[in-house]
Amino acid sequence: MSDLHKLTGAYAMDALDELERARFEQHLAQCDDCRAEVAELRETAALLSETVAVPPPTSLRESVLAGISQVRPLAPEVPAPGPAPAPVRSEHPDRRRGWMPFLVAAALAIFVGLGAMIVAPWADDDEVPRLTAAEQVLQAPDAEEVFLDLGEAGRATVVRSKSQDKAVITTEDMVSAPEGKDYELWFMSPEEEFVAAGLMPDAPDQTVVLDGSAAEAVAVGITVEPEGGSDQPTSDPIALFDLTEAT
Amino acid sequence: MDHVRPVPDGAPQGVPSGGDSPRLADLLHRSALGDESAFAEFYDATSARAYGLALRVVRNPAHAEEVTQEAYLDAWRSSTRFDPARGSAAGWLLTIVHRKAVDRVRSVEAASSRDETWNRESMPVDHDQTAEAAHASLEAARVRSAVATLTDVQRQAVELTYFGGYTHTEVATLLDVPLGTAKTRIRDGMIRLRDLMGVAS
Repeated sequence: MSDLHKLTGAYAMDALDELERARFEQHLAQCDDCRAEVAELRETAALLSETVAVPPPTSLRESVLAGISQVRPLAPEVPAPGPAPAPVRSEHPDRRRGWMPFLVAAALAIFVGLGAMIVAPWADDDEVPRLTAAEQVLQAPDAEEVFLDLGEAGRATVVRSKSQDKAVITTEDMVSAPEGKDYELWFMSPEEEFVAAGLMPDAPDQTVVLDGSAAEAVAVGITVEPEGGSDQPTSDPIALFDLTEAT
Repeated sequence: MDHVRPVPDGAPQGVPSGGDSPRLADLLHRSALGDESAFAEFYDATSARAYGLALRVVRNPAHAEEVTQEAYLDAWRSSTRFDPARGSAAGWLLTIVHRKAVDRVRSVEAASSRDETWNRESMPVDHDQTAEAAHASLEAARVRSAVATLTDVQRQAVELTYFGGYTHTEVATLLDVPLGTAKTRIRDGMIRLRDLMGVAS
């Protein structure tokens, strides 16, 4: 029991920022009471729209109908055979997906946890004929690394090799992006411009090679973007890896 | 709660908006099977609420049209995922509209200066025009009278959140109260409305 339960109203009315939203959705998956309350408050909120109803221009109807004629409805979600489908696995809470205490200061913790460490190159790579792109970076002699503890949102490490001109991010226990959103990666140039470096797949533990040239970048950022990503960040980074601190 | 018709398929979490929920749910179901005329009917029954909500949140009519159109395209595509046991069809649609509208105002602000925020905040809403165009439905009157029973601070918090599109942290700052107070006002206000309007599981 915690403050999280009090967020049903703000969540139902889309009034949480992206990190709060991601955390609350994790809580929702496990809290029947909150799910029921959110459903009711969403219905209630929708009723408020009765008071502001305005007929749209007739051209909108044509646009909508023309739009739908060009795309089929999504395939339905087919129930998985066997045991009940997943979101609520209360009997056996997975540590990773488990109950997550609400951290007011999590966003700050992102910056507090900043630290740098040295990657010891594994060994000689003579004997390793086929390294993946990620391994090549991780094992490069000039690999340098920045580790961030994102508090309850997980942990992430960016490794950059200037000689390979590549960077890799590895995450551990990373919370999912909010529904309908993606985590997008960015390189920050010395001029403090953000260059898109690809989307992160939705998985708590993963290793991703960033798209694009890494040698000149002064930082790597992660932002929460609308599904499919954006050309430029539309929100402040939830994590910023300062590569000038990397060693 | 006898003024509210039940949602089909039992165990609904919510309650129909506008009282024609079974029909709307049926239209969505037919849409999921590819029936475009059913979706057109669904549009006709809901578009004033959807567009009005988008307009209220994003303010700019061209943006409101885009938001509304995107929301309907999403609704068409995901009509196969609509589950009447989990809420009304109108509530489902308006949740999509609201989310898109809020995303739009926030990304517009992120892309431009905070001056825009001030303009948005201080731009008067044309209540007369809105009221004139609004469907003078019984439902709207019922909602308005329920809203009128909220305390001033609750109503303010609910309206800034839902129609203003602000986050609860921003609402707390705007109202100059601690975040916990803002959270409580938003939730208490909504729970009171829920109870008054007979939305229950």
